[in-house]
Amino acid sequence: MELLTAIVIGGLFGAAIYLLLTGTPFRLIIGLVILSNAINLLIFVAGGLTPGKPPLIAVAEKQLLTASADPLPQALILTAIVISFGVLAFTLVLFRRAFDRLCRPLVDLEETDRQ
Amino acid sequence: MNTPIVLPILIPLGTAAFSFFFWKRPAAQKTIGVLGSCTHLVASLTLLHQVYHQGILATQIGNWQAPFGISLAVDLFGAIMTTIAALMGFVVAVYSLVNVDNQRIGYGYYSFLHLLLMGVCGVFLTGDLFNMYVWFEVMLMSSFVLLALGGERRQLEGGFKYVTLNLISSAFFLTALGILYGMAGTLNMADLALQLANGRSTGMVITVSMLFFIAFGIKSALFPLFFWLPASYHTPPVAVSAIFAGLLTKVGVYSLIRVFTLLFTQDTAYTHLFILIMAGLTMVTGVLGAMAQNEFRRILSFHIISQVGYMVMGLGLFTPLAMAGAIFYIIHHIIVKTNLFLISGVARRYAGAFDLENIGGLYRYAPGLTILFFISAFSLAGIPPLSGFWAKFILVKSSLQIGAYTIAATALAVSLLTLFSMTKIWDKAFWREAPASNALRPNTDASKLMPRERVAYYLPMILLSLLTLVIGMMVEPFFQIAQLAAEQLVNPEAYIQAVLGARP
Repeated sequence: MELLTAIVIGGLFGAAIYLLLTGTPFRLIIGLVILSNAINLLIFVAGGLTPGKPPLIAVAEKQLLTASADPLPQALILTAIVISFGVLAFTLVLFRRAFDRLCRPLVDLEETDRQ
Repeated sequence: MNTPIVLPILIPLGTAAFSFFFWKRPAAQKTIGVLGSCTHLVASLTLLHQVYHQGILATQIGNWQAPFGISLAVDLFGAIMTTIAALMGFVVAVYSLVNVDNQRIGYGYYSFLHLLLMGVCGVFLTGDLFNMYVWFEVMLMSSFVLLALGGERRQLEGGFKYVTLNLISSAFFLTALGILYGMAGTLNMADLALQLANGRSTGMVITVSMLFFIAFGIKSALFPLFFWLPASYHTPPVAVSAIFAGLLTKVGVYSLIRVFTLLFTQDTAYTHLFILIMAGLTMVTGVLGAMAQNEFRRILSFHIISQVGYMVMGLGLFTPLAMAGAIFYIIHHIIVKTNLFLISGVARRYAGAFDLENIGGLYRYAPGLTILFFISAFSLAGIPPLSGFWAKFILVKSSLQIGAYTIAATALAVSLLTLFSMTKIWDKAFWREAPASNALRPNTDASKLMPRERVAYYLPMILLSLLTLVIGMMVEPFFQIAQLAAEQLVNPEAYIQAVLGARP
């Protein structure tokens, strides 16, 4: 499972960096979205996957007795998701304003010519 | 809970929230903004005083014991940075009264200025790496808004580059955090320092440290990651440029110093040599870029890059004296750089342009401004007895002590080139007669300052220039504080103990 996720993360990072380097604003934003998702997955896996063992304390006990999944990476990811969502919303609006103002369409001219 | 540590974060937050209630009412927002930054300054000075006398302070938010909860920890370096940030906040808040138009202020300029200060102070005060990431985002978001507020064409163009590169830097930071958590199982900086010291595989640790280096390198505009800075800093109103120039890159430098003194000291022969080389390249490229420019604020922007090289050079040398030099340099640089940007705004008010080819004659029409520029510019270049001389002197001395002759020679050559490009501004904007092409000639009615404007423009600049002079003339107490702060950085045991408590 960890190996599979690691490969997926690698693929996502590769795709994100490719999109960032193409230089088209539209692809740049998609690249940023994929990049933040790749990082969230990375944090998730880096903390170690422990499937099927929620960190819940049984009613009769006072502390966790068996090894269980680490809840902290999920808290970190949640924070990162919220932040990246806010930042992305701002970026979209800024890019939109910039390209309205600079009188250029959101997709590059070259791109529309080719179609 | 130790209240003085939290106040420099809470006061700007309160000010920002309170002035949101006065949406589109500039007069009220101005009052709140200036009063808030005044209170912030007082709170930070109190914190500095307390840290100076009692040593490193730490507090656990929500009383969750470290390393499980979020810790705030402040050593002397953090306290100094907080105080300087608050001082710049106050100075820029006063300057903005007349420099920023009422429409921008109505749409929440002061709120975002204070949110920016909150983010900056948060980075300086936190003892937890993930929390530092969150503060970085707070700071970035408000800087995005400040940069784009007003929506001029140039601003949007600059904002585009600034936002993209800073988002990529945050992505690197977060990646490094994820991997580090996987390795050490904690994100509390004091705890991390212990965990990493206990025989982890050095190769992995260095790899992660380089990820941090890239993340903070983009933020502090190190070679070759600085392109966003000269592309964006000359676009917003002068007050915004000034606070950005004073604080934002220095937050990156602070974080670099923090992680490379506390966490990643396993193989200093490799990591710190790498940092030193990057510092040298940063100095040289920054100053060469500045020499090629012909616009007031763009020259100053490139100088930020070259000066960041000096601060990071102190970190690269990694001796107690060099660290003291780096801290002293940061103090000097923030004051002088902010002041130069403030001066560029008034120069533009008199002469009508930032472009050096089209202005001139400021010496005749604004002798006061000329003196202020003279003090700051020549302090930046390192002319004795101004503060910049001592900052460079300490750094060069410490590099000669350990036989790092190449970097010492680079530092000296770069300061000569700095002097050259400062004389370019001096010669073209101040000394020579105004060229005939200057549309808005100095001393016309349009460039006259109202008495109210005069106070709000000159008070901040005089304050900062005096501070530069005082640091230059009475260098001893300032250097002693920097030395104390450097000792705390080089020997992190006290920091670790303050955060984690007395544990075996």
